[in-house]
Amino acid sequence: MSSPPTAPHRPGRLGTGDRLFLTAVIGIPVLALLVLVWLPALASVALSFTSWDGIDLGDIHWTGLDNYHQILTNYPPFWPAVRHNVIWLLFTALLPTPFGIFLAYQLDKKIRFTRIYQTAIFLPMVLSLAVVGFIWEIIYNPDTGLLNSVLGTAGAGHPVDWLGDPDLNLWAVLVASGWRHTGYIMILYLAGLKGFDPALKEAAALDGANGRQTFLRVVFQALKPVNIIILVVTVMESLRAFDIVYVLGGGVGSKPGMELLSLLITDNIIGESGHIGYGSALAVVLLLVSLAAIGTFLVQTFRKEEQ
Amino acid sequence: MTTTAERRPTRAPAARRPGPAGPPRPRRDTGRHLLLAGVSLLWLIPLLWAVYTSLRSYGDTARHGYFSWPHGVGLENYADAWTQSGMPHFLLNSLLITVPSVLGTLLFSAAVAFFVSRFGFRFNLALLMLFTAGNLLPAQVLITPLYRLYLLIPLPAWMSDSLLLYNSAWGIIAIHIAYQCGFCTFVLSNYMKTIPKEISEAAVVDGAQVWRQFFQIILPLCRPAFAALATLESIWIYNDFFWPLTLIETGDKRPITSALANLQGQYFTNPNLIAAGALMTAIPTLLVYFALQRQFISGLTIGSGKG
Repeated sequence: MSSPPTAPHRPGRLGTGDRLFLTAVIGIPVLALLVLVWLPALASVALSFTSWDGIDLGDIHWTGLDNYHQILTNYPPFWPAVRHNVIWLLFTALLPTPFGIFLAYQLDKKIRFTRIYQTAIFLPMVLSLAVVGFIWEIIYNPDTGLLNSVLGTAGAGHPVDWLGDPDLNLWAVLVASGWRHTGYIMILYLAGLKGFDPALKEAAALDGANGRQTFLRVVFQALKPVNIIILVVTVMESLRAFDIVYVLGGGVGSKPGMELLSLLITDNIIGESGHIGYGSALAVVLLLVSLAAIGTFLVQTFRKEEQ
Repeated sequence: MTTTAERRPTRAPAARRPGPAGPPRPRRDTGRHLLLAGVSLLWLIPLLWAVYTSLRSYGDTARHGYFSWPHGVGLENYADAWTQSGMPHFLLNSLLITVPSVLGTLLFSAAVAFFVSRFGFRFNLALLMLFTAGNLLPAQVLITPLYRLYLLIPLPAWMSDSLLLYNSAWGIIAIHIAYQCGFCTFVLSNYMKTIPKEISEAAVVDGAQVWRQFFQIILPLCRPAFAALATLESIWIYNDFFWPLTLIETGDKRPITSALANLQGQYFTNPNLIAAGALMTAIPTLLVYFALQRQFISGLTIGSGKG
């Protein structure tokens, strides 16, 4: 443990009690992180090159890149899942995220009832997914649901099956997901706006900029750190989207029209089939895409601190 | 709600005073209020529909349909869901998992953030990156090795009647803490950077030990950040059902989110009752949100300001 010459506090100055204290409060979370998060992540990478039924450790056979080859060429749900994850990302990045930012900007003005508006829009994030799943089920229900009742398609001979129709169900779930995501982005951005120097905005107003110009040219540019966080949250939430699809899909794994990478992994690992190697290879694909997002975020966030 | 609404008008003129008192100002605010109120209402409709459904008796909706005026409303569904689903038991399970997880996460991440932001050890940036990146890994990537690991780690009988980390609340608490520390460490280290170094340096001159600096100076100063993180973490941990779904085998050890599925299986013919049960599971997170709401935004100074 060598300390650089610029270090303001040298470890040598710490007393025995302090060393014990720091070892305990730093050591426990670091150990938990390494053993429970990073070790399993690496083990998943290793398992992706094997074939294993998940029962007896002696049955693990090395198969090289076989799983990856199978996934890319001979696993029908894979490419639909990738396409759905991309649709999920594009939808979330183009509608709920900008809308959440827009709402945050409107709420940041000193107007009345701000907190009531905030609460109403953030409320879907507070609700448990059991509730969210159930709420949308009674809206989308083909026979008794609110949506078909309002549209007048409930009593007709062919009610729209929002969650069953493979051409519709992904979009139905995306609406429910966007309902939650908007409030989340709004809160994160609002927190960023609170730390924004109002003098900059006033200067822009004096220069004759209107509201939209002030936002796009001044506020948005100055809030780059928050923008990066919003971007990462949006990408990561889209990649690991699981809960809401699982609940609205009836809790039985992936359903036609709603395949997602996270659900395919769960299908292979938890299902009776027990294709651990296969599921792990899918997990590694998800991991690699995630690492690209994580890497960008870490470089952007920590670059300035390195200097 | 009503008290805030009544108090607001007295503050509003003060907020408006600094701006140029031109006539277009109030009109633009009216438009903003219409927009925000409209969005808020739209966002609340799904929830209100669930509340409306839960208040009606099954007989009423079966005879007149869900999209109809009520013939009497009441809380019978809530009483039935509470007594017939073993809800108090599962709620207790949830609290026994959520409270230690949130407290542990906040304590350990505060310690790591304190360490990273106060001590100039070279590896502190790497440590922060390791934590932040760990939180962004998709849970599905970790699950298979974690499951095997949990089957290998023994626990004494007084901690878990399965004698293993698998199928015990301790295992769920451990993975929540390990997984959630990353996000909290990131937010708290940003927050702690805004605390002037002179404050803790003055304490060092006074001869205060590191653990006393931590508990008596740094932690009290971080209270707004703790309020914000406690809100978010309580919501996430209480609402999570992926870890219990995969790491707890016994039905009656599961938290309320995954247990609600039982209710749905048992009473699938009575959506009104399930609506009541689902809404009741949301009460704890709503209470936390309303209790800590004041500090929620101000405490989340993620990456903004001086960061």
